[in-house]
Amino acid sequence: MTLPMPPAVLEVVNAAVRFGEVRALDGVSLSIHPGECIGLVGHNGAGKSTIVSVINGGLSPQQGEVFSDGTRLAPYGIGVARSRGVRCVFQELSLCPNLSIIENTRIMHRNLGGFGWRKRAAAIILASIDAIFPDHGIDVGGPVGTLSIAQRQMVEIAMAFSDAGQPPRLVILDEPTSSLDAGLAAQLLAHVRRFVANGGAVILISHMLTEILETASRIVVMKDGKIVAERGAGGFDHASLVEAMGSAATHQTAARRAPAANQPVLELTLPKGQPFRACKGEVVGLAGLGGHGQTRLLLALFDRHSPQWWPIRNPAVTFVAGDRRENGIFDLWSILKNMTAASLGDLSRRGFVQDKAEIDRGDEWKVRIDIRTPDMNNPILSLSGGNQQKVLFARALSTRAPVVLMDDPMRGVDVGTKHEVYGMIRAEAEAGRTFVWYSTEMEEMQLCDRVYVFREGAIVAELTGDAISEHNILRASFEGEAA
Amino acid sequence: MRISTDTLRLAVPVASLLLLLAGVFYLQPRAMSYNGLNLLFNLAVPIALATVAQMLIMAVNDLDLSMGTFVSFVACVAATYLHDAPLLGALILLAAIATYAALGVIIYLRNLPSIVVTLGMSFVWAGLAVLILPVPGGTAPEWARAVMISKPPLVPMAIIASALIAVFAHLLIMRSSLGVLIRGVGGNQRSVQRAGWSIIAARASAYALAACFAVAAGICLVGLTTGADANIALRYTLLSIAGVILGGGEFTGGRISPIGAVIGALTLTLAGSFLSFLRISPDWQIGAQGAILIMVLALRLLLNRLESKGGKP
Repeated sequence: MTLPMPPAVLEVVNAAVRFGEVRALDGVSLSIHPGECIGLVGHNGAGKSTIVSVINGGLSPQQGEVFSDGTRLAPYGIGVARSRGVRCVFQELSLCPNLSIIENTRIMHRNLGGFGWRKRAAAIILASIDAIFPDHGIDVGGPVGTLSIAQRQMVEIAMAFSDAGQPPRLVILDEPTSSLDAGLAAQLLAHVRRFVANGGAVILISHMLTEILETASRIVVMKDGKIVAERGAGGFDHASLVEAMGSAATHQTAARRAPAANQPVLELTLPKGQPFRACKGEVVGLAGLGGHGQTRLLLALFDRHSPQWWPIRNPAVTFVAGDRRENGIFDLWSILKNMTAASLGDLSRRGFVQDKAEIDRGDEWKVRIDIRTPDMNNPILSLSGGNQQKVLFARALSTRAPVVLMDDPMRGVDVGTKHEVYGMIRAEAEAGRTFVWYSTEMEEMQLCDRVYVFREGAIVAELTGDAISEHNILRASFEGEAA
Repeated sequence: MRISTDTLRLAVPVASLLLLLAGVFYLQPRAMSYNGLNLLFNLAVPIALATVAQMLIMAVNDLDLSMGTFVSFVACVAATYLHDAPLLGALILLAAIATYAALGVIIYLRNLPSIVVTLGMSFVWAGLAVLILPVPGGTAPEWARAVMISKPPLVPMAIIASALIAVFAHLLIMRSSLGVLIRGVGGNQRSVQRAGWSIIAARASAYALAACFAVAAGICLVGLTTGADANIALRYTLLSIAGVILGGGEFTGGRISPIGAVIGALTLTLAGSFLSFLRISPDWQIGAQGAILIMVLALRLLLNRLESKGGKP
C-alpha cells in the first residue's frame, strides 16, 4: 500500500468458507478503515452474513487471515474481535428476552462488573439510546421481552454503539432498519454518519438500496461468495447497483407455457397487496427477498387445504420442505419409509400397510427419479443431500395431491440433481399438477409460468411469461424505495 | 399504571399460599401459633432449598431428575461421615458439587439432553446412598440439629429460614452479575456467547450453585429428622420442579423467580397439611395434591394469557 492511509481497523484477506458442498465465501478480501461506512449489498446467499461472521470472530474461515491496525490476529475469535472494538447488530434479534435492558447491557459488556453495576449499565445504555434515538420513550429497567420489535431493534443498535470503557471502532449493522419506521431509520442513519465523521467505521448491510446509496462512503457488492464490484459512493446509482447484484444471467429458454385461462385451484387473499391464485397445470413462483412472507403463504395454503382433525382420503395439497434436516426427513428411517410416509393411506388395506405395494411404489420411484442407492432399505442418511431431497420430491409427487407446495426445496442441492428435478416438475405440470414454488434462486423463478414477487409480507408484483427476469424481480423486490 | 409482569407472576403463588393458609387456619385454629406455624413449615425448608437448586438448573434450560436422590445421598453423607469425620464428610460433599459442575459441562459440550444424564445420575446417587447407609439410621451433626430446632423469639425458625433463603437466592440470582449471566444463558445462549462469555463456565457455575443448594437441603433435612435413609428425599425431584413452576418459573427461556420458588415450595408443603386437616385419607392425598397443583397452574396459564394480551399494544 503506497497511499498514506491510516491502518485498517480490520482487514480480512482471502477468506474462504465452505459449508459442505456450498461455497459461502470464495476468497474474499475486505479492509475497513477508520472514518468509512461500507455498504454491503448482495442477494440472499451472496455471502454477506458469512463475511460478517468472519469479521466478528464467530466463524473461523477455512482459509484466510485477519489483520487489525497492521498486525495479524491469530487466533481470531469473538473475544479478540470485541477487544478490537468490533460490534455487531445481527439480523435476527439477539438480546436475552428474559432479562431487563440493563441486564442485557451487563451481558454485552464483560468489564462492567463490580458493585453498583446496575447504575453504571443504566447510564451507559441510556446515554447511547438517547444519542441515537432521542425521544425513544423506552424504560431501560424493563424486560426486553415486553418491548415491541422496533424497540428491541433500537435497544440492540444502541447496545452496539454504547461505550463501557472499550469504545466501539467498527460497528456492523445487518439489516438494522428492517423493523424501524422511516423516522427512526433516518435517526439511525444520521447517527451512523456522525459516528463515521468522528473516526468510527461501519459496515451497513441493507436491502434498502437508497439507504446504502445515501449513507455509505464505499459500496461493496457480493455475489456467490465473491466480491463482484467495489466502488466509491458516487460510483453507483440505484439502477447500476441492482444491475451489479444480478448476474449476467445465462437465460434459460425453458419451455414456458402461456398461462391458460383455467379455473383457479388455489386462491388466497392476503391481508394486503394482491391476492394469490394458481391454476391447474401451472407452475407459480414466489420470489422476492428471503423472509418476506413466502413461506408464510405456503403454510397458509397448506393449512387451508389440509384436514385439521380427521384424515381425508384425497389429499388436496402436499408439501416439499426446504429445510430437510429440520422438517423434511425422518433421520432414523429407511429411504423407502421416508418416501412412502405421505401416501401410506393409498398403500394400506384395512389399516395395515401392504408391504408389497410399498416396495413396488419405492422401486417405481427409485427408477423414475433416479435415487442413487443400491437398496431402498438403507437408512436415509446414507444418501447425499441432493438424493435426500429427491426422496422428499418422490414423497410429494407419489401422492395423489393435485397441488405441490415447495418451500425453497433446492437449498444445498447440486446442479445435476436440480436439472433432473426441474424436468420432472415440468413434466408433472404438463400432466395437470399445480406447483407453488418458493425459491431464492433467480434461475428457478425463470422456470415458472407466473411469478409473484413478495415484499414485506405482501405480493407487490405479478410477472408472467417473458417479463420474468432477474432484473424485473430484483426491481420489484426493491420497489419500495425506487419510487 | 400497569402492574409489572413480574409482580403479576408472583401474585399467583402468593395468593395460593395465603388461600391455603387461610384454609388451614379455618380447619385448625390452633395452627395459628408459634409452634403450629413451625410444625406446618419446618419440612418446607429443605424443600425450598431443593427447589432453588432445581430452579438454577432450569434457568439454563435444563432439568434435573436426580434432585431427590442427590438430596438423599447428601442426607446419608451428613448423617454418617459429616457427623463422625467432618473433614472427610465435607470433602465428599465438595466432590459431589464438583461432579455437578462437571455434569453441566458434559451436558453442554456433548449436547446431551439433561434429563437423560440426570436420570442416569439419579441411579448413581441412589446407589451411593445405599452403600453409605444400607439401613435407615445415622446421626445428624449437632450443629445442623441445633440450627433446625432453634427457637428464635417471635417468629418461628421455619419462617425465618424460608425468608432468608428467598432473599439470599434473590440477591444471588436476580441481582448479581453471575445470576444475570446464568439467566442470560437460558434466555439466549448465542447472544451471551457473542458477547465473549464462556458458556462452559456459566453452565458449570449454574450446576455447582445448584449442587450447593441441594447440599444445604440435605443437611437441613438431616437436622430435622435426626437420621437419614437412602430414600429419604425421593419425592423432592418432582416437588422441586412443581415448586419452580408454581412460583412463576418456566421450563425454558431463563424465566425464573427465586422468591416465587420458595413460596411455591411452602405452598406445596402446606397443601399436604391442608389435606390432612381435611381428613382426606392418605390414599387420596397424592391425587388431591395433584388436583391442587393443576388448579394453581391453570390459574397461572390464565394470567399468562392476559399478560400476553396486555403486552401487545
